[in-house]
Amino acid sequence: MNQMKSPNGISEALQPAPTMTWDEALVEAHRCLMCWDAPCTRACPTDINVPQFIKRISTGDLIGSARSILGSNILGASCARVCPTEVLCAGACVLNELHERPIDIGRLQAFATDDVVFGGVNIFEVAEPTGHSIGIIGAGPAGLSAGAELAKFGHSVVIYDANEEPGGLNTHGVANYKMDKHTSLREVDFIKSLGVEIRNGVAVGSDVSMDTMMDDHEAVFVGVGLGGVPVLGLEGEDLDGVDDALDFIAALRDGSADVAGQRVAVVGGGNTAVDAVTQSAMAGADRVYLVYRRGRAQMGGYPHDVERALQHGVEFVHWSAPVRIEGEGRVKALASVRTELDDSGVLQTIEGTEYSIPVDRVLRATGQAKLTPFLSTLDSVEIDSGGRVVVDEHHRTGNNRIWAGGDCVNGGKEVVNAVQHGKIAARSIDEALRATAAV
Amino acid sequence: MADLSVNICGIQSPNPFWLASAPPTNTGDQISRAFDAGWGGAVWKTLGEPIENVYSRYSSVDINGSRMMGLNNIELITDRSLDLNLIEIAEVKKRHPDNVVIVSLMVESDADAWDSIITQVEQAGADGIELNFGCPHGMSERGMGAAVGQVPEYTCDITAWAKESAKTPVFVKLTPNITDIRHAARAAKDGGADAVSLINTINSITGVDLDSFTPRPVVGNKSSHGGYCGPAVKPIALNMVAAIAADPETADLPISGIGGIETWQDVAEYILLGATTIQVCTAVMHYGYRIVEGMHEGLSNYLDSKNIASVGELRGKSVERLATWENLDINYIVKADIDQEKCIGCGLCYIACEDGAHQAIGSKPTVDGKTEVWIKYDDCVGCNLCSLVCPVKDCITMVPQDLGQKSMTWVEYSGDNPPGELYPRPKHGLTIGG
Repeated sequence: MNQMKSPNGISEALQPAPTMTWDEALVEAHRCLMCWDAPCTRACPTDINVPQFIKRISTGDLIGSARSILGSNILGASCARVCPTEVLCAGACVLNELHERPIDIGRLQAFATDDVVFGGVNIFEVAEPTGHSIGIIGAGPAGLSAGAELAKFGHSVVIYDANEEPGGLNTHGVANYKMDKHTSLREVDFIKSLGVEIRNGVAVGSDVSMDTMMDDHEAVFVGVGLGGVPVLGLEGEDLDGVDDALDFIAALRDGSADVAGQRVAVVGGGNTAVDAVTQSAMAGADRVYLVYRRGRAQMGGYPHDVERALQHGVEFVHWSAPVRIEGEGRVKALASVRTELDDSGVLQTIEGTEYSIPVDRVLRATGQAKLTPFLSTLDSVEIDSGGRVVVDEHHRTGNNRIWAGGDCVNGGKEVVNAVQHGKIAARSIDEALRATAAV
Repeated sequence: MADLSVNICGIQSPNPFWLASAPPTNTGDQISRAFDAGWGGAVWKTLGEPIENVYSRYSSVDINGSRMMGLNNIELITDRSLDLNLIEIAEVKKRHPDNVVIVSLMVESDADAWDSIITQVEQAGADGIELNFGCPHGMSERGMGAAVGQVPEYTCDITAWAKESAKTPVFVKLTPNITDIRHAARAAKDGGADAVSLINTINSITGVDLDSFTPRPVVGNKSSHGGYCGPAVKPIALNMVAAIAADPETADLPISGIGGIETWQDVAEYILLGATTIQVCTAVMHYGYRIVEGMHEGLSNYLDSKNIASVGELRGKSVERLATWENLDINYIVKADIDQEKCIGCGLCYIACEDGAHQAIGSKPTVDGKTEVWIKYDDCVGCNLCSLVCPVKDCITMVPQDLGQKSMTWVEYSGDNPPGELYPRPKHGLTIGG
């Protein structure tokens, strides 16, 4: 495959799809039936009024359309790109029932929001300053959503983020063909324009203590997400070419990794695994394997993403458990054994079935670790047996000055779920601060 | 294969599909190509003293992405010399002797002027003439077109002048920009018209350029009202055609129907409501002469499916099914029925009925994220609205109900001895918030 490089150093094949033209958008907008109590809206975790924003596009009112979207979901521009619309809004579109192509809600949403978000158009009125101050830990989707909502209420917001660049997984971990890093960073700029301050390279717990956070701010929102993918514990895992799949995706996104002509094995069956194989294939890898210890039906990756991986020539190696990584200095092969379910449904390895796949890279995508070491230091904040922060329906933790949301609460879901958590928490924080002030 | 040929006031036409006097009939070359494509007749773009047009002339109304649902124009009659047109009329008739050429005319209100031009176009070979008493813009300011058509006395008088000169049949083209089309048709008939053509265009402003505040079409920094045509005007035209066909005074007056015709179904509807031939303009301006192919095929197949041998047998069959409101059966009851197998759960029927009609449909989300709707039978007044908004073919049907009621008209019911009981209607609005 001829690998063209674009000016940002990322292969052309990995560039996101171009946005719609006015002509395309109007044709698509006019296809919308304007359902009552629309199933697409009910399917949206952030309750975006889809028929309303589409109708506004069809009348040429992009500002009104963007206001409708961003009022429900301040990260509407990135959700337009990274949401699994096939299982959310577009999956619920009634046109599916007519055996017609559902409305391309994601691309219409990008069309409606891009000019406002990336053009820095100010469409929200920020309330008069209240004097209240909120600290947010993590500049990922949950923290950005909470921050934007709180800033609109007139509160002072500071987001502390351990990474050098803000945006969380939107910036570092999203498959590049869905959204590039630059797009995520520009969206963060839009949120900063609402008055949100972001301090990058500041890890709460080490650079700033939690006690200082609690002293400096009246309320704290925890949106720290998850950690890296833990090591598999296999022989040879320290060889060159063995990586956390998320680190690999981040490297592909900034052009520092190259897989052209290589053989890549990704271990795991979830969305990160599927993103990693698809990206590797799109970036010109010679052979790409997804090695998963169970079958297709048990995979956590979305069927539409699995379909796309297959279309890019990814080979799915099911019922296989890696046992060893072989090589000298650098990876040469991944050794696995076959697996099966026993009569009681428990996964078992099958003796005498070991085999090796020659590969140049092994990427682990077997699930991100919880940030329990940090979370367990939070006073009165309960952590469940799965390592998730326990919150009430307003996303308030057991500590009445600490709220939480996003992956650290739900264990790892979509950007759109994190946005909703941040929004709900922000409204609860606002209510709590106003109640306190009134007393 | 059904016979599509028709005869209108003595003129034999290979089919009822004619082109209306308009840009598609501006030149002999165009009309010749149209006949080659299958059009049976054409009404030549209006001849008279050649005019000068403005450049920007048309504007349209689009609906939900569909172009030119309605078209508006401020173009005037021919801008080509009478001599040139006469030569081309002769050429076209020579090349297409079996096709019908009617020539539209408009001159000042002077008997000699009418006599002169009628004589010339008949000598060139016209099969008939059409008096343009309909043009609603520009020409009307000069005392012609709609300025004549809007005054029954003028219509009658000038038709009579034309009849004195003409050896071929005289069609009078009527303007819809009046209160009751029947008076215009009666006036034409009184003047001796052999047939009427309707409708001409409707006074219109299609919209305003929201940046410059200038209405469309924009001519410099001003605009002028124009004449409206295209699919949007068809219902208005059908009503006027039917009114003339149903009027005892003009029931025998042949009609060439015009307004928004694009398909064979449109043609069939015009003929069922009394037209003998039809005339098309906007659809050809949109898609070209080729659309006539579908009219031939579709109308012929339709007639075959109904075992009707000739299109002439279709004429006027729906006129007798038009009645005044007071003669409708007020005990005829229909109720909406939703085919749950076909329903896609868009909820449009619910919100249309709830906000726009009679609150007779229920709606709720289902556990699988879809929407379930149902008819509240006792509240349904059978208005049809839900079936009109439903995007799925045959999903909502209106089902006649035999509830033991006896048919009864308003006239009968309000008379001294009603033949039966008024079947009870659902009552709405008796409580607030109940």
